[in-house]
Parts: sequence; C-alpha cells; structure tokens
Amino acid sequence: MAVCIAVIAKENYPLYIRSTPMENELKFHYMVHTSLDVVDEKISAMGKALVDQRELYLGLLYPTEDYKVYGYVTNSKVKFVMVVDSSNTALRDNEIRSMFRKLHNSYTDVMCNPFYNPGDPIQSRAFDSMVTSMMIQVC
Amino acid sequence: MEGLTLSDAEQKYYSDLFSYCDIESTKKVVVNGRVLELFRAAQLPNDVVLQIMELCGATRLGYFGRSQFYIALKLVAVAQSGFPLRVESINTVKDLPLPRFVASKNEQESRHAASYSSDSENQGSYSGVIPPPPGRGQVKKGSISHDTVQPRASADQQEPASPVVSPQQSPPTSPHTWRKHNRHSSGGNSERPLGGPGPFWSPFGEAQSGSSAGDAVWSGHSPPPPQENWVSFADTPPTSTLLTMHPASVQDQTTVRTVASATTANEIRRQSSSYDDPWKITDEQRQYYINQFKTIQPDLNGFIPGSAAKEFFTKSKLPILELSHIWELSDFDKDGALTLDEFCAAFHLVVARKNGYDLPEKLPESLMPKLIDLEDAADVGDQPGEVGYSGSPAEAPPSKSPSMPSLNQTWPELNQSSEDTAIVHPVPIRMTPSKIHMQEMELKRTGSDHTNPTSPLLVKPSDLSEENKINTAVKFASGNTVDGYSSSDSFTSDPEQIGSNVTRQRSHSGTSPDNTAPPPPPPRPQPSHSRSSSLDMNRTFTVTTGQQQAGVVAHPPAVPPRPQPSQAPGPVVHRPVDADGLVTHTSTSPQQIPEQPNFADFSQFEVFAASSVNEEQDDEAEKHAEVLPVEKASDPASSLRVAKTDSKTEEKTAASAPANVSKGTTPLAPPPKPVRRRLKSEDELRPDVDEHTQKTGVLAAVLASQPSIPRSVGKDKKAIQASIRRNKETNTVLARLNSELQQQLKDVLEERISLEVQLEQLRPFSHL
Repeated sequence: MAVCIAVIAKENYPLYIRSTPMENELKFHYMVHTSLDVVDEKISAMGKALVDQRELYLGLLYPTEDYKVYGYVTNSKVKFVMVVDSSNTALRDNEIRSMFRKLHNSYTDVMCNPFYNPGDPIQSRAFDSMVTSMMIQVC
Repeated sequence: MEGLTLSDAEQKYYSDLFSYCDIESTKKVVVNGRVLELFRAAQLPNDVVLQIMELCGATRLGYFGRSQFYIALKLVAVAQSGFPLRVESINTVKDLPLPRFVASKNEQESRHAASYSSDSENQGSYSGVIPPPPGRGQVKKGSISHDTVQPRASADQQEPASPVVSPQQSPPTSPHTWRKHNRHSSGGNSERPLGGPGPFWSPFGEAQSGSSAGDAVWSGHSPPPPQENWVSFADTPPTSTLLTMHPASVQDQTTVRTVASATTANEIRRQSSSYDDPWKITDEQRQYYINQFKTIQPDLNGFIPGSAAKEFFTKSKLPILELSHIWELSDFDKDGALTLDEFCAAFHLVVARKNGYDLPEKLPESLMPKLIDLEDAADVGDQPGEVGYSGSPAEAPPSKSPSMPSLNQTWPELNQSSEDTAIVHPVPIRMTPSKIHMQEMELKRTGSDHTNPTSPLLVKPSDLSEENKINTAVKFASGNTVDGYSSSDSFTSDPEQIGSNVTRQRSHSGTSPDNTAPPPPPPRPQPSHSRSSSLDMNRTFTVTTGQQQAGVVAHPPAVPPRPQPSQAPGPVVHRPVDADGLVTHTSTSPQQIPEQPNFADFSQFEVFAASSVNEEQDDEAEKHAEVLPVEKASDPASSLRVAKTDSKTEEKTAASAPANVSKGTTPLAPPPKPVRRRLKSEDELRPDVDEHTQKTGVLAAVLASQPSIPRSVGKDKKAIQASIRRNKETNTVLARLNSELQQQLKDVLEERISLEVQLEQLRPFSHL
C-alpha cells in the first residue's frame, strides 16, 4: 500500500529507504526528508514526558495532492515514514497503524541481530521482504 | 591409483604404522597429524612428503585412509629408496625396503601425542571412523610389528627440521580439517603446524568434506581455521572445531570443493549429510555444535547471548552481512539469544557458507529448532527449529517480538476454537437462559422462598458467563463475550445458532445453570419430549414424588428437574406457561414472585392439571415460575435474557391476555418440546407476533393463576418438583420466545442493512 517506506535514525539520517520504482525515487526521498520537520514538530509538541505519553503513531504528517505521508516514532527516536498514494482508496487509519506496527516489529527483529550495529543501514533481508510485501500491496 | 600389493612384511609394517597413527583407534583412518609426523620422520623433503600425500590420494580425500596410508608408506619407501615418486612405482618397485622413519620421532610424537590426545579427546566426540576408501585395493591387516618404532625414531630428527612443523598456523587448518575429517584429528590439528602442507591440507579438508555423500559436500570441514580461529571459536584449543567428518562422505571424492576460505575456514565444515538434505545436520556435526555450544554456554538449555554469539561467529570470518543474515535465519524466536538448536542451525549455516554454499533465504526445515529439541537435551532451539515451537516448551524468552512462538502454537488453537465458538456464539444462546434466568431472578427476588432458583437466578447471568468461561477455556472465552453480548443486548444472532452453540457450550460447562441448556442438542429434545410425554404420564400417573423424581432424573443432564415439571403440566401447558410465564414474569413479576413461593404446590398443580388447560397453564406458569428459579441453575443466563426479551415483548402483548391463552397454548405446544432447541425450533415454530401475544397471554394467564395456588406443606417434595417443572417449563417457553424474538430481530436487522445498502447506492457520491 505504501509507495515509499523509510526508516530514519535518531540523527535524522536514513537507515533504510525503499520506494516503489514506478516514479522518480528522488521525489520520494525528498518528501521523506521534508516530512522529518513535521515529525520533529509533532514530537516536540507532544507530551513533555519525553516518551511516556507520546504515542508512537503520529498520524498523517501532511498530505499532498497525490500522496499522504504518515509518520511513526519509536521510543528511541527512530522514525518510520510512510508515503502512500492518495489515489488508493483511502487507507484507514487502523491499517496504517498496523503497517507501522509491522514495521516496528521487523525493525525490532533487526535490532535483535547482534551483527547489526545500530546506526548502520539496514540490510536485513527479512526486513526487506517485509517492506516489499507492504509496498506490493499497493498495486 | 592402482591397487597396492604389499608383501607380508610390508603389510605388517604398514599396519603397525597405521595403528600407530591410528591414535583414535578408528582402525580406519589415521590421524593426519600422526601421519604427517611419520612422514616427516621419514626424513623426506617436504615437497616429497607432499607429493606422497598427493599421490596416495590423501589430499584428495582429506584424510588418510588405510589404503592411502599404505600407499603413502609405500611411496615413502619408494622415495627413500631414491626412486621417483610415481603412482606406478607403488607396485613396480620391487623389493622396496620398508620405509624408514626416524625413531626420535617418538619423543616428538609423544609430545604431539599429548596434544593430539587432547585433540583426540576433543575429537573423540566426533563420530565415526572413516571407512577405508573403497578404491584402494589394499589389504588392511592389523598386525603391525614393532617396525613402526623405527620410522619414528628417524622422524624425530626430522621433525625439528621440518618446516612443516610450524606452530599451528592457519594453513594448518587444512591439516586440522584433516584431522577432523579423519576423525582422528586428534591433536594433529592443533599442533600440526604443517606449514608446508598447509595449503595442501585445506584441499584435503575440503576433499573430505566433499566426500560426504555427494552433494552437499561442504568442501570439507575446512580445517577449522587453525586453531586460532577455532580456538577462539570454540574456546577449545584445538580440535574440536573440526567437524566430524562423515566417513562415508569422505569416500566420495567427487564433490571435493575447495573451500573458499579454506585455510581460514573457521568453521568446521561439516560435511553435510547431503544424503537427502543438504542442510541436514549429522550427528557428528550436531555433537560438535553442542560441544561448541557448551564452550560458550555450559547449560545446554540455556541461551547464548547475542554478543557472545556474535563474537563466536565473527571468528568464522564471514562477512558481517552474511553473519547477520545467518543470524536472522537462525534466531527463530528473535530474542537476540541462541538456544542450542538455534546455535546449531547458525553454526551449520556458517559452515555451509564457509564451504561455499549460499545461504538460504529461509531457514531450511532440517535446521528448524524442533530438530534439536527433540533430539538433544537442548530443547529449545527455538531458533533452529521452527518445529521446536510446537514441541518445545518454548522457553519463554524466545518469543518473537510480535508474538510468542510458543504462545502462538497454543494460542492459535485456542483462538481458533474460541473464534469458532465465538462466531458461533455471538448468539444469544446465552440469551435464552439468561432471559429465563433473569425472569427467574425476578421471580426469586420477589419471592424469596425459592430455594435454589432465587439465588442462582440472581447470580445467574454473571454466573452463566462465568461458568461458560470456566467451562470451556477458549470456547467460553469467546462464548463469554458472546454471553456478555447477548445478555447485554442481543438477540442479534440467530437463536438457532445461539441455541446450538449455547447448548454446546453449556454442555461444556456442564455445571449447573448451563445444564439447562444441555450440552448437546440431543438432550434437549429429550427434555422437551420427555416433558411432553412426561407431562402426560405424570398427569396420568398423578405424579408422585418418586415419579417426579424419576422424571427429573430422566431429564437429560441439562436439567433433570425440568422434564418433570415440564412433563407434569404437559406440553401444552408448558408452552402457555412459558409464554405466560414470560409475560407474567415481566409484567407480572409480582405475580411470579408469589408464584414462586408456591414452589411446592405440586399437589395444586396436580389438581389443576386435572382440571383444565388453563389451570394447566396456570400450573405451568406456576411451575415455570417455580421452575425458572430452579432452572436457573441449569438455564444459562441467556435464557434469562431471553426471558427478559420475551417478557418485554410479552408485556406489550400482555393485554391480549387470557383470551389468547388457549390459542397460545397450541402454538406453544411445539416449543416446549425442544426447550433446548428452542433457539432453533422456536424461531421456526413460532410466528412472531402472534405467538408472542399468545404466549404472553398464556403466560399472563398462567402467571395470574399461579399466585392463587396455595402451597401445601404436606407434599413438599411433589410441590417442589412440580414447581421445578413449572419453572423449567417457563424457562423453556421463555427461551423459545427469546429465540424467536431474536430471530425476528435478526430479520429486522437484515432488512435494515439491506435498506441502508440501497440508500448508499442511491445516494450519489455519498463518499465524496
């Protein structure tokens, strides 16, 4: 369902970014980059307790005429950004949440791998396959 | 190589030497280390030794089988005699002196032996002796003379000089592998520096591994990276790293492959059993893995933390990316730790990768944790064995972040069951009993006299749900929700389904209140039938306590008492009573209350029964009223709810009253039968409103008549039983009403849905 999924590290550099190759991927990269500002804004706007009350799912960050960008932040400030196509029957919020949950779970699995150093680009095949499965649904 | 013909002396000598080298007493393969030492002791130049080794096929095989050994010895003799080393020279050179080996070698050998022994110990775990290569037509005989000492002595001198004897270095890994392959690997690995033969050995190792049955030859457990790697890897200096070679595999030289990282191969490439599954872990391999596991984690049931595993596998010098992938594959439960099974799977994958096999995308089945769980003490292996989940207790930790594997296994079943039941349930099945129960409760509240029914009734709805929950674990879980659902609301689900479901569930509960809704449908009809029949019977026989009791007993487990009460009044009576009861319960709760006190007025019932239908109805109503409280225990809460709903509807129609009683009785007739089935049959049987009205009328009549019935002290038993029966009758009637109402409700809802759909369709661009 998503056309682009990105995992951004705490320092706001991408750990993983994958988009459907249909369109110019650069555009998606740019969209993700610009959405980071919105993410930061939402994070800061949320509860003072840094993490406690903050909900992980940020919701719709900003819509464009073609796409909608959703955000999700983990407690370690790792952000997931998902760009979905607006032309699709509007995905329900719950679906987006479930997709982020799956992303989060897969990310946790990647983290559990002792061979993965946090901060490295994610090269896990399992993670890739999961992301691909989420993106393939679009078509 | 052509067959080797040995003279007797040669044979003896060779066999002695073989035995000498056969540290592990495998009788089949000699320890590479020993062999190498022996060759060194032969005071031959290294290259010659290498050549010999190559010629005899040991390099190819990766180990020294008996035939190879003999050939090698022969070649040593040939070389020592100054003849050029040729394959043909084995047999062509006549009268070759026995190969000479420096005796001094003994010391070194002893030293080495010590190391070897340590190795051998380690390797002892390796299974197997590699069977002598089939091809060599050598005669293998044991009896070795003491000649072996000779070569040793010479060997000693040579040893120091032999460059081969360099302290273990990576090249030696091959020798190590050899050892392993030979299973003799004793010590040789660790101590065999064999710098020269190093590279030589690797191919050996590979060759050996290659031999494993064929396909999956993992290019031999490439000599575990010379001890260094392995040591670190395995924590044990030598040896053990080498995987036990499959003797059989060794034989197969076809699949020899050079290990990519041969010399540096840390992992012992276990020759994959390759018989049928390239990923299968052989016993030797597994044993080796277990030993390795123990070095890191002594407790076989424990976990290896991710960091320790990382270090361990990093020694294999595989690229981190691949190691990461291997980890992902093997850490089945994604807990960041490796159980024994997971560790074995990971190790196996590393070895495979080392041998050049590509990593699979998914964990092969043979590596699933289950394997190990069942086989080894290590149970967990959640990682390695997917299967393990099913079998192993799934030690808690290994649960994937998203879900607990172990739980997954169990839960899915439960969930399914619960889901199924849930799906089935949604039904108000509970409703009926609850309704009735509720009515009973009301009755009881009003009338405190009721014995069981009162209290139970009051508690019933909750009890029922509780019971349901208690009764069937998962099922009830769903059922409970349903119950809550139904009780709270409604009769949305098909009463039929509900009834059946509820009954089923109830059956599970088996306990009291649910007993009313008899576990299986079959019992239900019985009560009804019995009731109907019993009613007649009872009436005819002027129910006696005994009969009543019998009737009660005859009642299907669900509600023993019911049949009687139902029976006593008669089917017709029951129905109206039920209907009336419903109505009366609701509208005439106060009436019901007093009716309940009339619990024991069986005698009255009898009287009434004899009198007229109405009286019967009344009696039934009474009985129902009384039965209800009694039946509450048996009736599921749903019945109460059903009763409630019925009562509600009945209230509306209460006005119709007695006039309809008679009418109501008839239609009510059918319902009483399958009291249990009411959920199903009732709906079908009863027309919606009419029956309701009729029922209400009947119930009202019955209820109305009930209060007038005084209690008789003298016939408490009968009275109680009669009241029980009445209550049951009422329950059944109410349940039926409930089911019917629910059915109606469903229909209405369906209509509503269809209308809504039409509306949506008609409404243009509603979504915009």
